[in-house]
Amino acid sequence: LRLIYTTTTVQRKNIGASGPEKYTEEFIKKQIEEFNLGKRHLANMMGEDPETFTQEDIDRAIAYLFPSGLFDKQARPIMKHPTEIFPEQRKIQWGEDGRPFHFLFYTGKQSYYSLMHETYEKFLNVQNYQDQLLAQDLLPQKEKRNLAGSRWLTKIELEEMLLEKLSDDDYSRFIQLLQKLMTLPCGDMEEKYIQKFSREVPAQLQKVVIEPLKYDERGVAFSTGEGKRKTAKATAVVYDNGTGKITVNGIDVLHYFPVLQDREQLLFPFQFLGRVGKHDMICTVSGGGRSAQAGAIRLASAKALKSFVTEKEVEFMRQAGLLTYDPRVRERKKPGQEGARRKFTWKKR
Amino acid sequence: MAVPRLLRAGKRQLPGPAQPFPSRSPRVTSVFFSPQQPRGSTAPYPYRPRQQPQRPGPASQLSFCKHSKRKLISFSLLLSDVDDKLLTMPLSHPDYFNVKELFSLKDLFDARVHLGHKKGCRHRFMEPYIFGCRLDQDIIDLDQTMEHLQLALNFTAHIAYRRGIILFVSRKRQFCHLVESTARECGEYAHTRYWQGGLLTNAHSHFGTGVRLPDLLIFLSSLNNVFEPHVAIRDAAKMNIPTVGVVDTNCNPCLITYPIPGNDDSPSAMELYCKLFKMTIIRAKDKRKQNEAFEELRSKAEGK
Repeated sequence: LRLIYTTTTVQRKNIGASGPEKYTEEFIKKQIEEFNLGKRHLANMMGEDPETFTQEDIDRAIAYLFPSGLFDKQARPIMKHPTEIFPEQRKIQWGEDGRPFHFLFYTGKQSYYSLMHETYEKFLNVQNYQDQLLAQDLLPQKEKRNLAGSRWLTKIELEEMLLEKLSDDDYSRFIQLLQKLMTLPCGDMEEKYIQKFSREVPAQLQKVVIEPLKYDERGVAFSTGEGKRKTAKATAVVYDNGTGKITVNGIDVLHYFPVLQDREQLLFPFQFLGRVGKHDMICTVSGGGRSAQAGAIRLASAKALKSFVTEKEVEFMRQAGLLTYDPRVRERKKPGQEGARRKFTWKKR
Repeated sequence: MAVPRLLRAGKRQLPGPAQPFPSRSPRVTSVFFSPQQPRGSTAPYPYRPRQQPQRPGPASQLSFCKHSKRKLISFSLLLSDVDDKLLTMPLSHPDYFNVKELFSLKDLFDARVHLGHKKGCRHRFMEPYIFGCRLDQDIIDLDQTMEHLQLALNFTAHIAYRRGIILFVSRKRQFCHLVESTARECGEYAHTRYWQGGLLTNAHSHFGTGVRLPDLLIFLSSLNNVFEPHVAIRDAAKMNIPTVGVVDTNCNPCLITYPIPGNDDSPSAMELYCKLFKMTIIRAKDKRKQNEAFEELRSKAEGK
């Protein structure tokens, strides 16, 4: 037998043109059987009970048997249930006699259009009910519902739900229909249906920990906060019942920060909460430059002020960006360029 | 074949259709639906060109039935004498499913089927169907509508009896929900949304290999949203699929196999059409089940 050397150029057929790989039902079933068998073999190898071998045990066993030095966790060997590995696909849409199962099969996008059909049906039902109530003059007044805590499904989530590709236009039409349904006075009838397509957006406040106030020897309430900006680190102690005096590293603020811009940065948290002349502040700062130190003290004082203020005002501060660490740092210079972004002067000849 | 004679000015007389188009019986000529060509979408079932016995049956309208029967036969796994009897029994009399009793001229009038568009919107090929014009609005001849509707309903009943796939098409936004609900309730299919090009002609790309195309298209409004003839009429003609369509005074009835001149804009008219089609399809399917049960009992009795 002589081995003939062939290259991929010999293959004429365009593999990429046939679309993503389709998995048949038998193939998936076979994979599941193989996975279960493999799980039992693995349990025997590790000397554990095959009946109570969980996914975490599998992960640990694989990590032990096949140690990998690769950085990307997803590139390392895994052994998971086939339903997690192979993406969910649509099965054959028609029966033995050739008749499709879904009545909107011939439109091409059957799940999306059937969803629109159902939603429109609910919309018509609500309108009919409303007309009946109107005939009897029993129409209820609509109370304004607070929408701050919920959002509609994103396009990607909807695509996953329907197992079908959608266009932006289709998605926006669906969301508009849902909004129309919701704004009707009797729209509360279909609340369960609408809730299927909305997700809660929890306010970030739950993760924020507000420390209690501490009291010093004089009985004055105070609180501390720490802040960083570029290379500057600052700690601030904010006292209650003050006159608005600020001391930085033992020096008065006017002497430490001669520039107005830096002093405005220090004042911003107090001015935002309307407590400009009511607190005293003693801060220590090191590292960075003029502006970085001012930013660091601003963050530290905002964090300290959290303890003096209500939860709602803390949420306002968070949304104003007072409590967020500024991630901007100096970008490195690259070779072949004069600076981080600036290129060398281009000469035509 | 007539020998082409030389006429004046050197032109030859070619053997063409005797009546100028459009004619009084404006059905598309049967040349278009030659039974010898197999359809493009057949699944890998054996194609059996059976010789149909010559029956002095009802009019040529059922020539399409024979064609669809041949097509549909190729889908059934085994054809026995019982099946043969089942399929040829409805062909014995002209109105086997008695569609005439489903509607009357008064029903059509009450549902405002006779109201057409204004004189300026009139399509030239619809002139034979128009009764007259009152205050610039065209009035459709309901006697002709009655005949056409009977033929169309009879044809749909036969298709439904033979378990054909029926696709309701309409691009009117106001009646989209009504048409889809009608289709769902009779167990057939609907397409009242944007028609992607190549759905019928390029079906293997859209749906995958082995898909079965519809055996009948019913147009409840033959224009699309830009007042042009719906692409599906032309595509169905290309794919040899018979069509039934409600044609208004501004529509082109040319490529539709069984046109029904009538109003397609009033809600009452559309509800009437939906009701009629639903009743015929359900009736035909029930009749099929009845006949099958009857044949089974008879064959069991004979077998004993």
